[in-house]
Amino acid sequence: MNAWTLTLFLLAVMAAAYHLGRKRAISGAGGIDRIKTLHSLPLYHGLYAALWAGIPALLLLGLWSGFQDQIITALVTASLPPESLDGLSEGRVGLLINDIRNLATGNIVSSTLTPGIQAAADQYGRLQQISSWTKWLLVLTVALGGMGLALSHTEPGMRARNRVERIVKIIMIVFSSIAILTTLGILLSVLFESLRFFHAISPLEFFLGTSWSPQIALRADQVGASGEFGAVPLFTGTLLVSAIAMLVAVPIGLMAAIYLSEYASRGVRAFAKPVIEVLAGIPTVVYGFFAALTVAPLIRELGTSVGLEVASESALAAGLVMGVMIIPFVSSLSDDVINAVPQSMRDGSYALGATQSETIRRVIVPAALPGIVGGILLAVSRAIGETMIVVMAAGLAANLTANPLDSVTTVTVQIVTLLTGDQEFDSAKTLAAFALGLTLFMATLTLNVVALTIVRKYREQYD
Amino acid sequence: MTDPSVNPDTSTPRRAIDVVNASLKRRYAKERRFRLLGATAVGLGLVFVLLLFADIVGKGYTAFQQTYYRLPVTLSADLVDPEGTRDPRTLARADYMTPIRQSLRQLFPEVKDRRERRQLNSIVSVGAPQLIAEAVIANPDLIGTTSDFWILADDDIDMLVKGYIDRNAPESDRRVDDRVIGWIDRLEDEGRVAKRFNTIFFTHGTSREPELAGIAGALMGSFYTLVLALALSFPIGVGAAIYLEEFAPRNRWTDLIEVNINNLAAVPSIVFGLLGLAVFIGFFGVPRSTPLVAALVLTLMTLPTIIISSRAALKSVPPSIREAALGVGASPLQTQFHHVLPLAMPGMLTGTILGMAQALGETAPLLMIGMIAFIVDVPGGFTDPATVLPVQIFLWADSPERGFVERTSAAIMVLLAFLFLMNLAAVLLRRRFERRW
Repeated sequence: MNAWTLTLFLLAVMAAAYHLGRKRAISGAGGIDRIKTLHSLPLYHGLYAALWAGIPALLLLGLWSGFQDQIITALVTASLPPESLDGLSEGRVGLLINDIRNLATGNIVSSTLTPGIQAAADQYGRLQQISSWTKWLLVLTVALGGMGLALSHTEPGMRARNRVERIVKIIMIVFSSIAILTTLGILLSVLFESLRFFHAISPLEFFLGTSWSPQIALRADQVGASGEFGAVPLFTGTLLVSAIAMLVAVPIGLMAAIYLSEYASRGVRAFAKPVIEVLAGIPTVVYGFFAALTVAPLIRELGTSVGLEVASESALAAGLVMGVMIIPFVSSLSDDVINAVPQSMRDGSYALGATQSETIRRVIVPAALPGIVGGILLAVSRAIGETMIVVMAAGLAANLTANPLDSVTTVTVQIVTLLTGDQEFDSAKTLAAFALGLTLFMATLTLNVVALTIVRKYREQYD
Repeated sequence: MTDPSVNPDTSTPRRAIDVVNASLKRRYAKERRFRLLGATAVGLGLVFVLLLFADIVGKGYTAFQQTYYRLPVTLSADLVDPEGTRDPRTLARADYMTPIRQSLRQLFPEVKDRRERRQLNSIVSVGAPQLIAEAVIANPDLIGTTSDFWILADDDIDMLVKGYIDRNAPESDRRVDDRVIGWIDRLEDEGRVAKRFNTIFFTHGTSREPELAGIAGALMGSFYTLVLALALSFPIGVGAAIYLEEFAPRNRWTDLIEVNINNLAAVPSIVFGLLGLAVFIGFFGVPRSTPLVAALVLTLMTLPTIIISSRAALKSVPPSIREAALGVGASPLQTQFHHVLPLAMPGMLTGTILGMAQALGETAPLLMIGMIAFIVDVPGGFTDPATVLPVQIFLWADSPERGFVERTSAAIMVLLAFLFLMNLAAVLLRRRFERRW
């Protein structure tokens, strides 16, 4: 009795509607030989009926499935005896509702059973049953009703093709707005939760504070759980790891791009370019594993052998591996812009007697510089937002340090740590993750916009 | 600088060619250095690829084999099936550990001490009885007979046999002490220890015991997630691309959508996880840690990739095709669906496969939506709790047992193999159907 069976049912109804619509159009025209009297091909009449049967019903099904839980929860909460909710915080009510839900589905319950909760659970189950039945009934009625409506319209003169095309076009417009909706969704979700966070913690403390320990005291007398939300150590940690990554990626990526596009023979280029780009296709979790289990111990061993103190989760290990990951990103973007520099500029330089490296350094790189800078900015934005490598290879300790051998933590690591594990949805700890997410989103967005503008301007220059 | 008056002390005027010639050696040396630098950079890139693969394969190839003991096990009827009904449920619940322990005791009659006995029992995996149970259910005639079974070894013994435990280390630093090593050596001398192909790795879900942990659950989770993500993102991506490329009027709204799509492609993936947590789980109540919610998040994440590559594919179809179709009376939509789309399809499919490969390897946003729950069962649908392959890798990489290191690497190899196949498919598709107009 779940939504998937219903979806299959709906598809069956749509197929039937298609068949009936087609049939009806043909018979309306007076047989298969006279279909020329129809305005549109029978196919379009069938599609018209199928769309009318499917779309409203699917919309209803989607909305119902999306909101059923909220409405039932609201109803059950309203039906609870008011004295049982007195003096309970929002979080406690959430726990209570969770218990009721678990009880209704036959799972283990955390608190003791009271008759009130048992009754609420029974009601919850009942409401869910009713909702499920009504959903089936309503959705199928709407589907059949839509089909009937479409079929009653079907006549030889109906402009079925035009109507179908209009519907398809509207669907495509909706599809292309999903990109906007995604951005809006991201913005609203992080903004909304961040605002709640900034009600509790002042933005000044968040952006300028230098101490980060997001533990909220469970008891008043708890030690070391003061809950400090100064995010500066996270920002510096992120910058440190990204800087190390860029120190690896930019020289290697740029030089590789120059060599492959200016010096390498066709065969070398055909082999080396795709192999280096393999690095871009490897999942980040693999890099994380490599960093944590191979590179970090290696650096630690090397460091101790020359008498340096290296943390087991050093910023250096995470940064180096992240740099390797970003090499293909820098190299393929630079490759594109270097190839876009007109040949005439190279020829001009050679004609004046410059060697190849002089041409590259004095003519090609300056000409391609805006594009290269744009590419590097995109790479920086990727390094800042990279998660798995730092989660696995950088630490959790929020140290305010510029020493690459020390352990640092980053914005993304903290988001993951705050949101996995035990959480309550409205504690400052969870909300802090959204505030960090907002900061991260804004920083990368700015970088991307600037970089894309530079790259586009540059492209126009030589087109 | 070639003006002779600048060099009043030279008697003959210096010609430009002399200046150039004098500097040539230095300039050529510089040229060679620059070239070497470039070649080094390319070489470094190649070395990194090689190192990464060598490291993963070197750590992981042993995981495809697993240590077993060949032990004669007597399955007495009154222990396994006292009522003689041969009911599969009774057989599944019977005690198979006792026969294994009896067999060990017969092989090592000198072990009398209780502590030593417990130690002897611990060389067998806790999952070994279940494997016998499966064999007995498949063939109930085994009851009442004595036959050789392959008994799964504990992960510490597995590591010892594979040579990951240093026998020369001080006994207190080792997970396996000298007495156990002696037993294992004796079993090996008797030819009772063998490394066999590790089927458990491919048929079981995850487990706390390395020797019982497999990737079947994660693979199925990834499969359900990808199927649903594909079903959602392909039609949406193609529809959006056709509209934006072919029908949309050029105005502020479509400009906004364009800029938006380009930016979304560069938004850190973890932000999509926050979106999924707040909107899909928090607002719409989609169940946590299911392929459904993972697919929704990954759809939003891969859409920009698919839209951008689909638009490029549409752009590469020459306008003459559209004009010809319109000329013979096709409607604009018929032109698109009957003529342009089939020609652009290979390019669109290539982009979609690459998008799906990206989705298959993605980890960070899935951590936010609860895919890191410890789930032993293999999921059977879109709304069952599940985990996916990259998240499984992340979880195993965090486990302290030595046995999980090789399993993590092996899981990475499986993941990379799938990614390789997908990319290969994309390349072949492009080669096979690429057209030059």
